[in-house]
Amino acid sequence: MTGERSQWEAIVIPLAAVVSALVIFGIFCAFAGANPFSVYGSIYRAAFGSWSIFQGTLLRAAPVMLTALCTVLPARLGLTIIGNEGALVIGGLGAVVAGLALGSLPPVLVQFSMAIAGIVCGGVWIMIVGALKHYRAVNETISSLLMNYLAIALLNELVNGPMRDPSSLNKPSSFSIAEANMLGRLPGMRVHYGLIYGLVACVIAYILLQRTTFGFGVRTVGGNIRAAQIAGLPVGAFTLIICFLAGSCAGLAGMVEVAAVHRSANESLNANYGYAGVLVAFVARQNPLVACLVAVFLGGILASGGILQRNHNLPDATVLVFQGIVFLTVLFSDSLRLPQLQKKA
Amino acid sequence: MATESLGWWGVPIAIIGGTLRGSAPFLFVSLGECLTEKSGKINLGLEGTLLIGAMSGYAVSYLTGSPWSGVIVAGIAGLLLGAIHAYLVQLPRVNDVAVGIAMIIFGSGVAFFLGKPFIQPPAPQLPAIALGNWSNLPQVKAALQISPLFLIGIAIAPLMTWFFRNTRWGLYVRAVGDSPEAAKAMGINVTWVRTLCILLGSSLAGVGGAYLSLYYPGSWNERISSGQGLMAVALVIFARWQPLQCLYASLFFGGAQAVGPALQSVGIQSFYYVFNTLPYLMTLVVMGISCSPKRTISGAPGALGK
Repeated sequence: MTGERSQWEAIVIPLAAVVSALVIFGIFCAFAGANPFSVYGSIYRAAFGSWSIFQGTLLRAAPVMLTALCTVLPARLGLTIIGNEGALVIGGLGAVVAGLALGSLPPVLVQFSMAIAGIVCGGVWIMIVGALKHYRAVNETISSLLMNYLAIALLNELVNGPMRDPSSLNKPSSFSIAEANMLGRLPGMRVHYGLIYGLVACVIAYILLQRTTFGFGVRTVGGNIRAAQIAGLPVGAFTLIICFLAGSCAGLAGMVEVAAVHRSANESLNANYGYAGVLVAFVARQNPLVACLVAVFLGGILASGGILQRNHNLPDATVLVFQGIVFLTVLFSDSLRLPQLQKKA
Repeated sequence: MATESLGWWGVPIAIIGGTLRGSAPFLFVSLGECLTEKSGKINLGLEGTLLIGAMSGYAVSYLTGSPWSGVIVAGIAGLLLGAIHAYLVQLPRVNDVAVGIAMIIFGSGVAFFLGKPFIQPPAPQLPAIALGNWSNLPQVKAALQISPLFLIGIAIAPLMTWFFRNTRWGLYVRAVGDSPEAAKAMGINVTWVRTLCILLGSSLAGVGGAYLSLYYPGSWNERISSGQGLMAVALVIFARWQPLQCLYASLFFGGAQAVGPALQSVGIQSFYYVFNTLPYLMTLVVMGISCSPKRTISGAPGALGK
């Protein structure tokens, strides 16, 4: 990442990338036999059409905000971690165990312990990746990717075996947490408190990275690891702490999904919110606050999958194609600079 | 006699059969990744390529009735996806790991989008060569079947080793992968060498996808590739960037993958999912043992990841 962008460039270029992604996807839709303008109309209506519909978008954005942080935080340290899906699953499992074991406590305490369990389980999960990186120089991208598969297998093993509720026949699930212990909805909305978790986590991550000595140290390591080592910065401790925090965010997303949506652990936990988080992190250029906005944008796209199928006869994978095109154009735009501004700098 | 249960003997036979059936996708993606990485670039997106190959191979086999033209088209489809990757990763300031992830999303999206109509109808499958006719046990006969496509993959491995060691072009690839500056000074066009390596590597992965949909498991659906493409990168590290060792690594991983189903066939149901994670777990353990912060892994191309 040589050559910092000017602020102007940082806004114009990604926006131009998203606009060109819209054009390319429009052409794709036209080839698939759908009118691109009416497709975009449908996406807009299905994502932001009314207050009630927008709440559906926010519901999907909430876990993605949290999983995005799982890539954003390590990225500032120079690590590319994509174990978000696994950390989410493990966090969700931990939260279910806590919710079932402590189910007799007052609901506030149960929710608190579920959140702590999700945070700790997800955090430790990604901290393993950080430890492998620091002590054994194992590539963090590959190890975190492999650990996604381990997490999903663990989920399947537990909900088909020791944790299985015998009454869940078609879809093996764990026992469900009590209705009273679930996360409530925000006053007057159908959006649950997970959205608040996501927003608060993004703001905390931003402050931590930009406004604290710790964050400065992290960014120094990310900028030049040799210089940071020579300056005596504890690179190993930074790696472990950041990986723990990253995993804990994704783990909290798992807790939110369990405690506010699914009630039990089952294969629905593995709903690709983790991979969506990777996408959001890169599109947001690893900025936690921008990630909030991009997550809402992506939540809207995810919410529109059904309507594309019903109204335009497009398969549900259309949404995946759209995400892929946006991701690729944004990455392409990384190579661009506005020429006249470059001269000035 | 032949129909009675083999008991515990069924397990090793099932594992051998599973290895012969399941190793080929690992082999094709790891050879493709090996070629790509030898030129100094990583392609993390071979999972998407594998899916595109599986879909296009199956669709063409269904439409034309010829599975081999399906294999060829799968290779071409992989090549096209590789072209996007090759262009993007050689732009300045573009992170090749991120491009790989984007290519997984894009490739699987396109594969599922175009493949939707082909989930139901059965397509003509690739033939199998029976090696087990000497035995009168049906289990042995069923296990000892091998696809000609797998044999082609086995032939590519030593061929690629020879290519790297003994040919001028092989030297170019290694030079570009170890030190692009030196290669440039030798008058080699670095961009072209890398582009060709990524294109050919992707097309090998596409062929691996066709094996999935046209031989084993032999159908097209959205869950056909269980992460084999993602593991290519790990396999190549495991094989220390040696094509022949990619072959051994693929057999090893194919075998590990067969342990869970083989045990299930003799009634061991517990830990089914855990056994299925053996390939992933092994990769992690092997990387943990063989990597070290004090030295780079022997055999790694010098310019990789820079």
